[in-house]
Amino acid sequence: MTTIPHDHGRGVRGFVDVDNTADVPGKRAQLVVGMDTFGEVTRAVVRSNESKRPPMAWTVMFAISLAMVGALGFAVNYLIFTGVGVWGLNNPVMWAFDITNFVFWVGIGHAGTLISAILFLFRQKWRTGINRFAEAMTIFAVICAGLFPGIHVGRVWLAYWLFPIPNQMEMWPQFRSPLLWDVFAVSTYFTTSLLFWYVGLIPDLATMRDRATNKVKQLAYGLFALGWRGSNRHWHRYERAYLLLAALATPLVLSVHSVVSFDFATSQLPGWHTTIFPPYFVAGAIFSGFAMVVTLAVPARQLFGLKDLITLRHLDNMNKVILVTGCMVGYAYSMEFFIAWYSGALYEKFAFVNRAFGQYWWAYWIMVSCNVITPQLFWSRKVRTSIPLMFILSLFVNVGMWFERFVIIVTSLANDFLPTSWDRFVPTWVDICTMLGAFGLFGVLFLLFCRFLPMIAIAEVKTVMPQADPHWEGYGHGHGAGAHAAAAHSHDGGNQ
Amino acid sequence: MSTLSPTQGTGTAGTQAPARLYGLLAEFENPAQLMAAAEKVRDAGYRYWDCHTPFPVHGLDQAMGIKRTWLPVCVFFAGATGCMAGFGLQLFTNSFGLTIWAMVWVTGYPFLISGKPLLSIPAFIPVIFELTILFSALATVGLMLLFNGLPWLHNPLFRSERFRRASDDRFFISIEARDPRFYRTKTEQLLKSLGATAVEAVED
Repeated sequence: MTTIPHDHGRGVRGFVDVDNTADVPGKRAQLVVGMDTFGEVTRAVVRSNESKRPPMAWTVMFAISLAMVGALGFAVNYLIFTGVGVWGLNNPVMWAFDITNFVFWVGIGHAGTLISAILFLFRQKWRTGINRFAEAMTIFAVICAGLFPGIHVGRVWLAYWLFPIPNQMEMWPQFRSPLLWDVFAVSTYFTTSLLFWYVGLIPDLATMRDRATNKVKQLAYGLFALGWRGSNRHWHRYERAYLLLAALATPLVLSVHSVVSFDFATSQLPGWHTTIFPPYFVAGAIFSGFAMVVTLAVPARQLFGLKDLITLRHLDNMNKVILVTGCMVGYAYSMEFFIAWYSGALYEKFAFVNRAFGQYWWAYWIMVSCNVITPQLFWSRKVRTSIPLMFILSLFVNVGMWFERFVIIVTSLANDFLPTSWDRFVPTWVDICTMLGAFGLFGVLFLLFCRFLPMIAIAEVKTVMPQADPHWEGYGHGHGAGAHAAAAHSHDGGNQ
Repeated sequence: MSTLSPTQGTGTAGTQAPARLYGLLAEFENPAQLMAAAEKVRDAGYRYWDCHTPFPVHGLDQAMGIKRTWLPVCVFFAGATGCMAGFGLQLFTNSFGLTIWAMVWVTGYPFLISGKPLLSIPAFIPVIFELTILFSALATVGLMLLFNGLPWLHNPLFRSERFRRASDDRFFISIEARDPRFYRTKTEQLLKSLGATAVEAVED
């Protein structure tokens, strides 16, 4: 192998952090550190797919996740065979863990679309390092989310009533209900995210196909690569399509959590009936989603040696987004209180005082300390670039955002208008198994993805390298002069 | 499969029945060389030719003289269809008691809910919006693949061992034999003169 100019004298590539967070005026920051050739990028990414065995930690995590999926399967089957009475629901609290989990997982998904669509439209090149697995996270999160309303309907075998399918009863769904809007919003969101992810995967699947060492792999990857051959006539339409998908997904992602918030906001219940919900839910979704991306990215880049591609700069940027959206969420919390007082509505005022000092006061203060206080630590550059700290803080945000949904849903329902109808929700073991099981399902899907699909968009990362520009200074001024610059690495790409 | 290096000139598959030539494949080291070569091939007047790159190279569309795709216009119409479909669906199912034939006989059900008018457009907007996006997204991907002639798993270029690196770190130009300006020797000379590190004949 030729010597690489930016090697920094490191031993094992990809396992050591290089600080590239400093901004030098007039110079673009490096988004791929320590790599000069396109072949190196390919090999760095597919290493996790082509290694004989996955890392030990992967196997352990997979076993744990699988066990949790077992618990999920048991809890869900028990629910279906017995009835929703096995959950801790009671008369005023008819929504609790199920809808909390639903909103939580849909929210997690939003960061993936934000990274893939909105940052794409804003030409934020750093998105290329993280968009693939953030989008994968979106899809798996929406799968987990979809599970909950599905089993929450009670008679699961009639869940198809959610869709406008002609039937012998001549019945149709009620299209003026936000719950039905949700069906359309979430299923459109899932379909579009899946398409977006898959379109991004096609060129990388072709890479996997072309590198395949046996027939099975070649066939499996080849089938899904659809015969992609990197044709520029294809790339031309591909890039248009990608831009269109980004432009479609941007309003879509904002609409999805707005529609989810309508489930609450259009009702008359104090604590739910607020106009701030759509933007507040969207900000919260992005906040929790980015925290989940950090939670996943930190161990993944460590385990699979991707620190040259998911650099400190990427993490630093994500932490900044967490800080900004965390501030928005904090603002929304205080504005809710202000409006409750300013409205002069008795029930509205009570709902918020009850949230902070009522029977679920502990849930409220967990939410506030995790969502408002912890992200403020990201003002410090030291915290933003410290791997252990950001990992711990991202976990706090995940916990806080789960509690946010719990607080909104359960406290508003448990103590509504009439004190005689008040009650207390206590989760049963089925509630808890289903909640943990959903994390297991997410884990299994995500770990399988890490093992069998390229975790980083190989083709896209190559485009943000300076070498991708035909007018890069390294290629010389005359077009012919480029030959020797690349020839230095010509035998470099061949070794596996 | 016959692989000829630029110096060999003619094919090596002497004893076998002569296979039909698909075209010539030229390999380049980097995007700069590819871009310069593509401009020359374009100027030489070839029509059935292509560049193959591991990632989209910006500026190559102009260098190849590719016209802008109609895809966005088609997607607009797909979106408009979705919009109308969403409106029509809700209008039919929730506003009037019409009976129509849509694969089976179906009848609408005029829902009176919370005193809202039967034709309550504001309440219909979210579903109209979602279906607009859904139709557009499906059309974007479907039409992109259709226009690209994909999925089509086989291509003669895949016979080339060298071409495997088109999805990794090498840049290729392929000129098809069906091009009216294609002459094996002349075309091969042109590609070599453009700085190709290797030129290879690909059989159909």
